[in-house]
Amino acid sequence: MTTTVRRAAYRTFMFIVALALVVVIWETYKALGPADGGKLFGARVLPRTSSYAMPHVWDMFSRFNRPEVRGSDRTVFSAVLAGAWFSFRLSAAGFVLGGVLGTGLAVLMARFRWVQRGVLPYLVVSQTIPLIALAPLVVSWGGKLEVGPFVWPRWLSASVLGAFLAFFPIAVGTLRGLAAASASSVELMQSYAASWTKTLFKLRFPTAVPYMVPAFRLGASASVIGVVVAEISTGLKGGIGRLIIEYAREATGDPAKVYTAIFGAAALGLTMAGVVIVVDAFVMRNRPKESIS
Amino acid sequence: MTAVSIRKVSKAFNVGKSNQVDALHEVSLDVKPGEFVSLIGPSGCGKSTLLRLVANLLEPTAGEVMVNGKSAVTARLDQDYGMAFQQAGLFDWRTVRKNIELPLELKGWDKGDRQTRAEEMLQLVQLPEFADHYPWQLSGGMQQRIAIARALAAHPPLLLMDEPFGALDEMTREYMQGELLRICAATGTTVVFVTHSIPEAVYLSNRVVVMSPRPGRITKIVDVSLGGERTEETRNRTAFFEAITTVREGLRGMHAAHVGLGNDNR
Repeated sequence: MTTTVRRAAYRTFMFIVALALVVVIWETYKALGPADGGKLFGARVLPRTSSYAMPHVWDMFSRFNRPEVRGSDRTVFSAVLAGAWFSFRLSAAGFVLGGVLGTGLAVLMARFRWVQRGVLPYLVVSQTIPLIALAPLVVSWGGKLEVGPFVWPRWLSASVLGAFLAFFPIAVGTLRGLAAASASSVELMQSYAASWTKTLFKLRFPTAVPYMVPAFRLGASASVIGVVVAEISTGLKGGIGRLIIEYAREATGDPAKVYTAIFGAAALGLTMAGVVIVVDAFVMRNRPKESIS
Repeated sequence: MTAVSIRKVSKAFNVGKSNQVDALHEVSLDVKPGEFVSLIGPSGCGKSTLLRLVANLLEPTAGEVMVNGKSAVTARLDQDYGMAFQQAGLFDWRTVRKNIELPLELKGWDKGDRQTRAEEMLQLVQLPEFADHYPWQLSGGMQQRIAIARALAAHPPLLLMDEPFGALDEMTREYMQGELLRICAATGTTVVFVTHSIPEAVYLSNRVVVMSPRPGRITKIVDVSLGGERTEETRNRTAFFEAITTVREGLRGMHAAHVGLGNDNR
């Protein structure tokens, strides 16, 4: 237990050190780099160091405390927080959707060889489609969908795109985990005349957990990326993706502002990963300590 | 009624293909209730295949396997046997107690009965204080004892073991052999035991079945009568060494024949 705590403390420390290092590099370049950027054969390969191109780190953070627009009571902080919370909920919905879809597909593929052979290549191909191209399609399909009293809300498109990115690592990781049960454990279950479903729940899923943990962690951050990109490309209001575009438009007059939204997006991703890590720690608490990931 | 009856059983893999393997050819064997029978032979002699046919984890290509007077399928569906492998194969995510309860759970026993039986089994393998440990916290020998407890939890009349002590060190191995004999005597279980070790086969068994490969068949059956209860002292008796020699000659004879055959292959 103490080693776990020590390792966690060490990781936190290294995380802070890495962050501090980025700040130091940023500020050092800003202080020492050429004002007009570095040029090579007429092409600019290094950024300009002016405050418009590279605001000070402390300007970025102090921007959080000032009003979002001149004369407003609302600070940038609360705007970013509201945006991040909005996107978080969409990502969570996308993650759950992707998790159910990915796990379901993995079970089907593990059960039926022909499903695996038929579906797996398409799953791989699906991940090569650029999300930006897919986003408007999902919005327009969703808009045409109406089942009884159910009307497709605009935010659902963003969640669906989050799920689209999340399901893939989850499906692949879970499938690998379901296939990881040793031959003798499978024979053991057979010797107990256990059905396929019983074997699935009593043997295959528990065996798959150490494979599913990193897969779900990937899925969680993927769903955040999916949602933020979907917000940007469909112009969905209320989320952190929209804030990034809006603030970026103001970059010429208020260069620090867009960074607040970017930090918000990063914090959102970390929170999502953090939630999954807490769940991981819980499900893995009684497992042998050497992990496979 | 015999505990296990094997009638002219053959098993081939990849039938009809160029890589067809005749794992077993017309093997017949009867095991009486309460008997301890070992299958011994070099790799590829089909001893594990034979065990899996009895367990109905494989279907024979020809011939008939009966367990407790039923077909092997029915016996498996009725959970008439317990099985133990070289790897203890305990489930990492279950406590020792829950591992032992697994076959009972699958049989649909209710919780109270399962707990009582698991407690009994832990007493039997003399590890009651480890009920709430996880398997990975136990030594290899302890894990194997829990695997035996799990295999016997539903009180099956037959225990099938595939080199269960193969991964243990020599000291633990001899201790486990003693434990297995004690447990089988206490429960009256019939055992079919696959092993590579001649002394192990002789020490444990009433009969040692010597098998040879290509195609897998029984070449010799050695009756082992060591008189009375088997203890550590049994390992020093002349009768013990004589039985070892007889089994070894059985294996050697076949080996010599194979060296002779082997020359054409070179």
